[in-house]
Amino acid sequence: MKGEALVLRNIIVTLKVVPKPEEVYFNPDTKTVDRSRARNEINPADKNALELAISIKEKYGGTVIVVSMGPPIWEKYLRLAVAMGADDAILISDRALAGSDTYPTTLVLARAISKIGEYDIILCGEESSDGGTGQVPPGIGGWLGIPHITFVKDIIDINEYRIAKLKRTIKGGYEIIEVGLPFVAAVELGCNTPRFPDFRRKRWADKEFQLKTWNINDLGLRPDEVGLKGSKTEVIELVELRPPRRLRKIITGEPDEIAKQLYELIKNLM
Amino acid sequence: MEEIWVFIEQDEGIIEESSLGILGKARELGEKYGFKVVGVLLGYNIRGAAETLGRFGAEKVYYINSEHLSIYNNETYFRVFEWLIQKYKPNTILFSATRNGRDLSGRIAVRFGSGLLAHVIELDYDDEYNLVGKVPGFGGNIAAVVRCIKSRPQLATITPGVFDVQVFGGECKVENIEPRFDLEPKRMKIVMRERGVSIDISKSEKVVIAGMGTGGDLGLAKKLAQLIGAELGVTRPLADMGFASRDIQVGSTGVSLKSRLAIILGASGAPHFTSGIRDCDIVISINKDPEAPIKEYSDYFIVSDIFEVIPRLIKLLEG
Ligand SMILES: Cc1cc2nc3c(=O)[nH]c(=O)nc-3n(C[C@H](O)[C@H](O)[C@H](O)COP(=O)(O)OP(=O)(O)OC[C@H]3O[C@@H](n4cnc5c(N)ncnc54)[C@H](O)[C@@H]3O)c2cc1C
Ligand SMILES: Nc1ncnc2c1ncn2[C@@H]1O[C@H](COP(=O)(O)O)[C@@H](O)[C@H]1O
Repeated sequence: MKGEALVLRNIIVTLKVVPKPEEVYFNPDTKTVDRSRARNEINPADKNALELAISIKEKYGGTVIVVSMGPPIWEKYLRLAVAMGADDAILISDRALAGSDTYPTTLVLARAISKIGEYDIILCGEESSDGGTGQVPPGIGGWLGIPHITFVKDIIDINEYRIAKLKRTIKGGYEIIEVGLPFVAAVELGCNTPRFPDFRRKRWADKEFQLKTWNINDLGLRPDEVGLKGSKTEVIELVELRPPRRLRKIITGEPDEIAKQLYELIKNLM
Repeated sequence: MEEIWVFIEQDEGIIEESSLGILGKARELGEKYGFKVVGVLLGYNIRGAAETLGRFGAEKVYYINSEHLSIYNNETYFRVFEWLIQKYKPNTILFSATRNGRDLSGRIAVRFGSGLLAHVIELDYDDEYNLVGKVPGFGGNIAAVVRCIKSRPQLATITPGVFDVQVFGGECKVENIEPRFDLEPKRMKIVMRERGVSIDISKSEKVVIAGMGTGGDLGLAKKLAQLIGAELGVTRPLADMGFASRDIQVGSTGVSLKSRLAIILGASGAPHFTSGIRDCDIVISINKDPEAPIKEYSDYFIVSDIFEVIPRLIKLLEG
């Protein structure tokens, strides 16, 4: 393709659904996490990844495909991603996947990406807000044997030699990296403003769009390669990291009064 | 004797302090379980720094010297690690959970089928020498105790700052190791870097933290900080929007504070933020919403508009 006008092929976005962290509670009696009261959302950083994918498509062409590994109830969030502008969505769902840690998760996602094929860019979120720590994107790069770049703020340019210029956050600033396609990028949370789903497109995405679902068989994986069995770590127990008991003294009143109280307080503490 | 490795991160010769704290922790574990503690340092012309690592807990240092290692690039760093791991077969590799530590460890884990405990705040072994760590989740208020299952090497990244730097005596041998392959990155190239001075507020005595309630105007927060001799911190959205450097962002994806006093101006108190102020002695917050969740995390919760109160406070402080 050297030197020809650049037209991108598939731009794949990995997308996860997470409970809102402020609505998740710890049950100290059962030592479990109670998510029953928590609403779900698309993992915030993945929305930024999707937004970046769509804006790349607008500039360089290509097909934006969302891939997710999770339970069937995630389907409506994938439809939401389609309403935002993704061209296609694939949900990988299988009982055998329950309990997967990063190792099988990255294996499954990488297999799915290979099955989709013709990928030029794979965009993930920086990390998942429910406790992931950004290990999935480097892992996908590892399985696919392609470069990965984390903490990406922007894809500045892709030239006709299929070299992309990325901006990556580093301690104290940023760096610009040049990397050939294909690559995996983990997109920084908050680096752009995700667009709202278009109303008419949303209706279409909810009612007519044909979502694909794959199971591990479709990916050529055996049950013992994934889930708890395929994992390299196991959770022994959950504990609450209790916030320290705070005084919780409430101060109200007129600004002048409050400023004075605050002044005394700070002076005593210094 | 099997080895615990600690990835000693550096950038243009400046050693990342959190790596040194991890060396100390590794030494404690090494003495308890019979492992040799090895610092793995990739860099350029920093043999001097390699020699000092014994003071912080290393019993041996693998030092790989090349101009291509002066700054972190994951292509070469990964290749060097892959080669070192095949050559020496360490039992455990520990990384600081910095951007680069996370970037590298995730790739190594998949390459070697290693268990990886991410962002741990406590670390130990079980009786079969499997690594066990405490991994915070859901914004940092719930943690899972997680164990690596029999993989070698087994890996962990460690939340920066949870292990203090300790000083040790004794011998430490620095081995210069020369890989026989070309270290120049082929697939990616860092073509430009722009860096200011990075400020570390994780150990500041006093911190004034600005939230979205400031509307992005950091003037008042800075002035207040200056008058009481505090450092400035911000919540994540202010760093996202570029009002302040990511380095002074407090919370689960920023720094954790250990200050004596934290004054918080206009932050709601989301879990990802409040996990960063857990270890502060005294928390004062100001919020105009009497029901803001930050109330629960405050010793003094002041219900008021910061634009009304802080200018008056500043006047009083100026005398
Ligand atoms: C994966 C992930 C990681 C994250 N990591 C972090 C992190 O490390 N650090 C972090 O901070 N956040 C983090 N966040 C974001 C976090 O969830 C919250 O969105 C964020 O902390 C909110 O910032 P805020 O409190 O400044 O803003 P808001 O939630 O918008 O709160 C603003 C507050 O200011 C008050 N206010 C408004 N005007 C005034 C006024 N004039 N006077 C007084 N009070 C006023 C309002 O009542 C409100 O309570 C993360 C999120 C995710 C998903
Ligand atoms: N189950 C999943 N399905 C799809 N994408 C995922 C999944 N888990 C993680 N990811 C992607 O990997 C990123 C980082 O996740 P983590 O490593 O878990 O913090 C997320 O932002 C997602 O883009």
